[in-house]
Amino acid sequence: MWCSEGPVAARWCIGTPLAVVSSVVTSPSFPVARTTLDNGLRVVVSPDRSAPVVAVAVYYDVGIRSEPQGRTGFAHLFEHLMFQGSVNLEKLAHFRYVQASGGTFNGSTHLDYTNYFEVLPSNALERALFLEADRMRGPRLTEENLANQIAVVKEEIRVNVMNRPYGGFPWLWMPEVLFDTFPNSHNGYGDFVDLENATVADAEDFFHRYYAPANAVLTIVGDVDADEALGLAGQYFGDIPSRDAPQRPDFAEPDLSGRRRSTHPDIHAPSPAVAAAWRVPNPMDLAAYLPFVVLNEVLTDGDAARLRRRLVSGDRLATALSGYIGLMGDPFDVRDPTAYVVQAHHPSEVGVDRLLAAMQEELDALATHGLEPGELDRVRNRLTADLMRGVDGVLPRALSMAVAEQQRGDARLLERMPELLRSVAAESVREAAATLQPHRCAVLEVVPGGGPSDA
Amino acid sequence: MPEESMAAVVPPLAPPTEPRFPPYDQRLLRNGLTVAALRRVGVPLVEVRIRLPLLAGKPKSRARADVLSETLLAGTERQDKVHIAARVQGLGATLSVDSDDDWLKISGSVLSSRLYDLLELVAEVLSGPTFPAAEVTGEAARLAERIRISRSQAGVQAAEALAERLYGTHPYGLGLPDPGEVSRVRGAALRAFFAAKVAPAGGSVVLVGDSEPQRLLDSAETALSGWTGEEGAEGGRAKPPRFRTDGPLLLVDRAGSVQSSIRLGGPAPRRDDPHYPAFQLANLVFGGYFSSRLVTNLREEKGYTYSPHSMVTHHAACSQLTVQADVATEVTAPALLETHYELGRIASLAVSQSELDDAREYAIGSLAVGTASHAGLASTVASLLASGVPATFLVEHPARLRQVTVDQVLEQARRFLAPSRLAVVVVGSADTVSDPLHALGSVERG
Repeated sequence: MWCSEGPVAARWCIGTPLAVVSSVVTSPSFPVARTTLDNGLRVVVSPDRSAPVVAVAVYYDVGIRSEPQGRTGFAHLFEHLMFQGSVNLEKLAHFRYVQASGGTFNGSTHLDYTNYFEVLPSNALERALFLEADRMRGPRLTEENLANQIAVVKEEIRVNVMNRPYGGFPWLWMPEVLFDTFPNSHNGYGDFVDLENATVADAEDFFHRYYAPANAVLTIVGDVDADEALGLAGQYFGDIPSRDAPQRPDFAEPDLSGRRRSTHPDIHAPSPAVAAAWRVPNPMDLAAYLPFVVLNEVLTDGDAARLRRRLVSGDRLATALSGYIGLMGDPFDVRDPTAYVVQAHHPSEVGVDRLLAAMQEELDALATHGLEPGELDRVRNRLTADLMRGVDGVLPRALSMAVAEQQRGDARLLERMPELLRSVAAESVREAAATLQPHRCAVLEVVPGGGPSDA
Repeated sequence: MPEESMAAVVPPLAPPTEPRFPPYDQRLLRNGLTVAALRRVGVPLVEVRIRLPLLAGKPKSRARADVLSETLLAGTERQDKVHIAARVQGLGATLSVDSDDDWLKISGSVLSSRLYDLLELVAEVLSGPTFPAAEVTGEAARLAERIRISRSQAGVQAAEALAERLYGTHPYGLGLPDPGEVSRVRGAALRAFFAAKVAPAGGSVVLVGDSEPQRLLDSAETALSGWTGEEGAEGGRAKPPRFRTDGPLLLVDRAGSVQSSIRLGGPAPRRDDPHYPAFQLANLVFGGYFSSRLVTNLREEKGYTYSPHSMVTHHAACSQLTVQADVATEVTAPALLETHYELGRIASLAVSQSELDDAREYAIGSLAVGTASHAGLASTVASLLASGVPATFLVEHPARLRQVTVDQVLEQARRFLAPSRLAVVVVGSADTVSDPLHALGSVERG
């Protein structure tokens, strides 16, 4: 079946074997020192003296899934409020201190965590620790700042979602197709009504409940001495009063028992798009999970990937195609339940069913025949190199270590990854493909309409 | 510093560690390619940035340049697209091709031990891309569709309208190619276009990795010297444009918009201009970073917008200032008023010494931060070399920034940030915002 489809696939069968490259990847080595302060804050330090810069990241173990009902978008709104002043700092002061030190900063809200981070010249390390500690002690939650940031967040949603073709596709709209319970299925940017109803009391409660030191991880990566950095972490964060970390609920839900389909109208989109999603094993169970990470590489990454060859280059059913695990794109920053997502843009003349059927044929072919010779080695090489590309620079490394420490108690996950990927067998990838069945699939279509048409 | 009273509790900065210029070497290959190599300790990867001159000055050549970048990796005499892609994967590499107003850009990243293999593949591709007919036809259709999708974005419409307003018929005013023109590009025309336009002379290659620069250069020389291009081939260079910034506000309707995309634009000094450091700091204080006046006013005080900012982009033949804010439709005129106010203020009144000092520290620090990774250093140096600025800019620029005075900032703000010297474009619900905008000045419907 594979060979009969399209010119590219045909050439694949009769041509010379694709390059077989044995594993050429060695494990990177990143030194790590760790401690847990008396108040429960976990601290990870990883020195890298290659440049006089340092990254500081604080991860709180609360995200979109923990928002109260009637308060969709609250985790993100609260993230904005954490920049509006704190115990010792007026509004505007936090980011001015960071930038006047030569640094840059940001924060972001995810399904399972909210992070805050800055990367600065290393002479500003103490200042950065002070700034993060000050807002862990307590943000300044006022009516005025709340109203201002509700307005800003609404503009953020307008620019990223409402005024943009394919805005929020599929990450905001797929959860409600794929899941049934409120924590997993709601829109993480939030409804305007919910945002407008948010109160200072809500924010105080949210902070008290979820922003305890014992619910956070601090990472410091860069031009520092490990002992000195651990000492400074204790000096600035050690006296923040301890309070209990909340018990994280189990968000698990049963798998789908039949295919689900939903549509999302988009007045700005000039042509349709579709996303298909299947639930995958618990990311904490790496032996079961990693085959799906490899599978995605086999299916969607680059012009040699199976779905790209068939749907984009071969049958020309899709104009763009991508795949990823975790609705927000990173396979290693999400807990259970999560999903594998393939999304494609396609011309209006190509029906969704035709595209999905071709996709299913490729999945079935892989499930039946397994991988080609050399396929596993080359995708593992690329995947492992991609992971290293992802930590080129102290900031991405600080983020990666923080989430690995928070979710897995293992800041050194990255170092083990080449070895872990080498242990993924071809048979496990085939078995993973075999789970991607229509009856377990959630499909979301973007239906263009109402917008200006291109002449 | 922001709050004088905080000085007691906020820790002071420790003495700075001056960034060292990384081990660097440069070599001109006999085919005319300039190769620069820098060593950084870090991940076992080498970042590769190649830029070859490719001026696509007319709509038809712009369409060809874009299809060319989509199909350059579609096949050689020896292997087809899938084999090339599989080879790249096996090297743990990435390889992508892109084109802009001035350059054909090939970017990659590869496991250090496989650098030569990747460069050899690049040389094979550049020495004889086949542009197979079926691939070109298919990719041209796909690209046309993606251009239609891009054009449905308010930001893309605004950028195109601003470029046309600023540059007119100069190549920098062309914007995205026409989808119809793109879908008509065929393999034969592409082969001729490539042969006439793509050549090593005047091109640059930047390599950054954890290896001796000499070794990186040797790899590049051995792999790439054999590529000569066709005799007489030349990519071409744009002439400096004459900016047009006068005329009424250009209002472009976009059905269903819930925001207005406000864009103001004009010329900016190039990075090798002696006034660039003062201009850069003026722009930062105005709107070039989060601590700026524009962000404080439009976002943190008024809540009109999520991410207003002011930035400089560097073409080969000029640099451009763009001020932008996407604001709720109902506050379009007030947001433009406040933007004009902040522009007028910085062009008329001296900034405070502390505003200047903060922006200066940010400019110096963010240069260090931005080059503290293989990829960041490679992209920064590639951009500098493309503008004819030597890589030593990285160490010389901080020293120049330290010399800038409040008076110099005012002088550059008056030259480049005065509202009277900027073209204005608004994309949004034209019928709703037209009357309020008329209150601020003349408006022309686009």
